[in-house]
Amino acid sequence: MLTESGAGVRVGLFVTCLVDLMRPSVGFAAVKLLEDAGCKVVVPEQTCCGQPAYNSGDRANTKAIARATMRAFAACDYVVAPSGSCAGMLAKHYPELFANEPDAEREAVAFAAKCHELVSFLVDTLGVTAVEATYEGVATYHDSCSGLRELGVCAQPRQLLATVKGLKLVDLEDSEVCCGFGGTFAVKYGELSDAIVAKKSANILATGADTLLAGDLGCLLNMAGKLSRDGARLRVRHVAEVLAGMTDDPPIGEGSAK
Amino acid sequence: MTVATTTPRFKENVHEALHDPRLQRAMAFAGNFVPRRAAAVARLPEFEALRDSARDIKTHTLAHLDLYLEAYEARVTEAGGCVHYARDAAQARAIFLDLCRRRAAKRVTKGKSMISEEIGLNDALEAHGIEAVETDLGEYIIQLRHEAPSHIIAPAIHVTRDDVEADFRKAHLHLPRDRDLSEPETLLAEAREILRQKFLSADIGVTGANFLIAETGTSIIVTNEGNGDLTQILPKVHVVLASLEKITPTLDDAAQLLRVLARSATGQDMSVYTTFSTGPRRPGDPDGPEEYHVILLDNGRSAMLAGEFSEMLRCIRCGACMNHCPVYQAVGGHAYGSVYPGPMGAVLTPSLAGVEEGGQLPNASTFCGRCEAVCPMRIPLPKMMRHWREREFERHLEPTAMRYGLGVWAFFAKRPALYRFATGVAMRALGLAGRRAGRFSWAPFAGGWTRYRDLAAPQGATFQARWRAKSGAKNGATR
Repeated sequence: MLTESGAGVRVGLFVTCLVDLMRPSVGFAAVKLLEDAGCKVVVPEQTCCGQPAYNSGDRANTKAIARATMRAFAACDYVVAPSGSCAGMLAKHYPELFANEPDAEREAVAFAAKCHELVSFLVDTLGVTAVEATYEGVATYHDSCSGLRELGVCAQPRQLLATVKGLKLVDLEDSEVCCGFGGTFAVKYGELSDAIVAKKSANILATGADTLLAGDLGCLLNMAGKLSRDGARLRVRHVAEVLAGMTDDPPIGEGSAK
Repeated sequence: MTVATTTPRFKENVHEALHDPRLQRAMAFAGNFVPRRAAAVARLPEFEALRDSARDIKTHTLAHLDLYLEAYEARVTEAGGCVHYARDAAQARAIFLDLCRRRAAKRVTKGKSMISEEIGLNDALEAHGIEAVETDLGEYIIQLRHEAPSHIIAPAIHVTRDDVEADFRKAHLHLPRDRDLSEPETLLAEAREILRQKFLSADIGVTGANFLIAETGTSIIVTNEGNGDLTQILPKVHVVLASLEKITPTLDDAAQLLRVLARSATGQDMSVYTTFSTGPRRPGDPDGPEEYHVILLDNGRSAMLAGEFSEMLRCIRCGACMNHCPVYQAVGGHAYGSVYPGPMGAVLTPSLAGVEEGGQLPNASTFCGRCEAVCPMRIPLPKMMRHWREREFERHLEPTAMRYGLGVWAFFAKRPALYRFATGVAMRALGLAGRRAGRFSWAPFAGGWTRYRDLAAPQGATFQARWRAKSGAKNGATR
């Protein structure tokens, strides 16, 4: 990392439930990126941002989870998540959740102001302009919906990926169109979700890239699952893994020979 | 009455739509709206500022709707027209049928009107022996096919050119069999020829309205075919069918809304025809109807004014939300089983038909947010769909398995220590089971996923477990 503007900043890593459970390597990549920028990273005990309950209409449980999350990260200068979707939940939806409770809303607004998606935090807040990483391959990048439209994550990952040695980035047609994941939507409306990810998959294959990157593990699991079911052999990874140069673990959905 | 006909069987509709190659072929063209809108927006640097202004105009109007409605009615009356208020679809039909009876009407020509669809006007007319003739080309096509519109501005978007040729050959039996209908232009010429006769012989002309102007009592329609003009000028009676929220304070306000409407809808700077009509023909006017009526439909809208769905009433029916919706693009409009499809339909249908009937639609969204991003009126469509999900959850309307699963998950999500323990054990087991293949092609409770996609295996121990192990117990969870 070329800059250390994060020096002394205490960052709470909101690792997200999917990374915590499914792909811890993304969490460690995030830690490396933040520490390289000079941040002090802490990981308070945590579960989930509450989106599954929120988007299922269960407001009471969402609020309980939100309150616990805000308490857990109270001592942090910033809260950073390797996911636009979860960061969007913390930064945009927590205040909405408490819209009719002035005290809680004030707290949620203050909390929201310190919440960020990982890559945009590195670039926009810490001023990181390049990474020291190498990745041999041709990659294409999918813009996950919440990160793109709620938080404006678009140029930042591309800017940093352009500094990864050995990596060639090619454009993905309709990269801003949803992959069909949508959380519980992918299970509740499996057939519809499949039709949407089929289009995404066709666009990915049309790029000729050997690697697919994105900033949200939910979308990545969906696209990787579709690609492998259809017999395509792309390496699918979270963008943080490549930016941190931590690609020793097998790509998403690939087995370990060991 | 016809607001939500097959919405409760949305999933079956989706299945059928996805396996209908003819529909899928037609829907491939629906994607054309996206680049057209983008180009139109790019040509107008102040587009975002116009959106803010358009939103503010509607928000203001809705906050003072009572005053503007009164002013509108007074101006229409002064101009010699008549405003009829209809509480619901049945009342709107009754008012219309009464107008038909008074004029002994046998034939009604119709400009495109979604309110006519909402109240099921064509069926009502047919039941009373009155011929209804749709004069918008798309509407004419689907009327021949006995179908409902599948899009609010492109009603026959689900139909291919081949389908139209077949429909015309079946319907227009008096024309030579060997005529050439191979080009869109020849199809258009044939429809035009047939509709011309209907225009000239209609007793009543019905149009919708894009805007109703409170300061002048004017109704405004935008069309690309000019059929609306012939519909409202030639018959002796012009009836405007519109819903309450079409009220717009001034012509200046409407001019601003027009600037975002066509750009959002078709990517045109303006629609080809923007037609203003104020009352019946005055002495000295070269043409125009003898009678001018406005049927103003409520049908649940006034109940939306005060609640969390009030912003939906800003909608100007451009169709941008459905044009940009991955769900709509995948299955088309008929799968929604409601008069209004797409994201706006997903919010409006439960409002108009009840959440029991329409509840599927606000659930069938990935919340990708593209609809809100392109809505010229900045309506927070995903947020409103979420409101509907909350209403359903409160009333226990969602599937039991879903509620149970969510309950178990929430129990753990609210108890971090227990969560860490349970997930730690589960992920180690799953990680071990899926280590060699790296993925599962089947998993319990995840059939909706694994039926179509593989499920990547977890890496094993959770991040939090690994982090704690790395950091050592003395530093707790931090380092």
